[in-house]
Amino acid sequence: MDAEHVDISKHVRAYILVFVALMALTLVTVTVSYLDLPTPGAIALALAIAGIKGSLVAAYFMHLISERKLIYVVLAFTLIFFLAVLFGPLLTNLDEISL
Amino acid sequence: MSSAIPYTVEVRPDTGLNNVKVGIWLFLASEVMLFGALFASYILLRVGAPTWPEGSEILNVPLATVNTVVLISSSVTMVMAWASLMRKDFGKFRLYMGGTVAFGLVFLVIKYIEYTAKFEHHLYPSTSTFLAIYFTLTGLHGLHVLGGMAVNAYFLFPGAKMWKTAPQQFTNRVETAGLFWHFVDLVWIFLFPVLYLL
Repeated sequence: MDAEHVDISKHVRAYILVFVALMALTLVTVTVSYLDLPTPGAIALALAIAGIKGSLVAAYFMHLISERKLIYVVLAFTLIFFLAVLFGPLLTNLDEISL
Repeated sequence: MSSAIPYTVEVRPDTGLNNVKVGIWLFLASEVMLFGALFASYILLRVGAPTWPEGSEILNVPLATVNTVVLISSSVTMVMAWASLMRKDFGKFRLYMGGTVAFGLVFLVIKYIEYTAKFEHHLYPSTSTFLAIYFTLTGLHGLHVLGGMAVNAYFLFPGAKMWKTAPQQFTNRVETAGLFWHFVDLVWIFLFPVLYLL
């Protein structure tokens, strides 16, 4: 019981740190968007920041940092199909891509 | 006993998980594909378009930034609601879960204000390809917020009586609702830069 309490307190500290990081990264991504960077750089940076934020949410709030193997297997398949559906259609359009 | 759904609380020996956890992740996998298909549409429409507007020229970045803060905050209160149940503190759970539902409501009100402003300026899904994908993505996301709020409100009020009879199962239910809610937050974390900032 006490061990469980200590454990949860550690979790809660992590949640608060993640919250602060998410707020800071939101501020960064909005600020950067006002700098009028060239489009490819702006896209790469915004998606990188969103990727970090998303990973923090998935890892800590959704507990993926300490999950069972079956969930990782499900998500590995999901990732493969997600990337296929995300970029597969682009192959039909390779001749006219411009950012 | 025999009619009860098995493995809602106890862990299945072969998976090391209860079935609730497996179920919600399989559902979330299907949700990834649903939003993935729409993000793919966005990319294809954008790279195929002769011109593409900057989101900030059409959309309200400050309002969307506030909404990002609101939704991230709601994720924190959601996870704190679950942590409160793990600490057997039902009062705190009520407080955090109430906060989560309230944040969800604020998000939808701001979204409503945004939509109304667009319609007042005669900006509809039919106006441009950008607005079509904007309304599709944010509309579907808004429906997810609404659905998550309904489930969270259920666990805040009528569903909370399970805490007295089966606290472990109730805690699992709240964790599961939380996984959905964090997923909705995660989708917005990508929607915000993609639609508003790029």
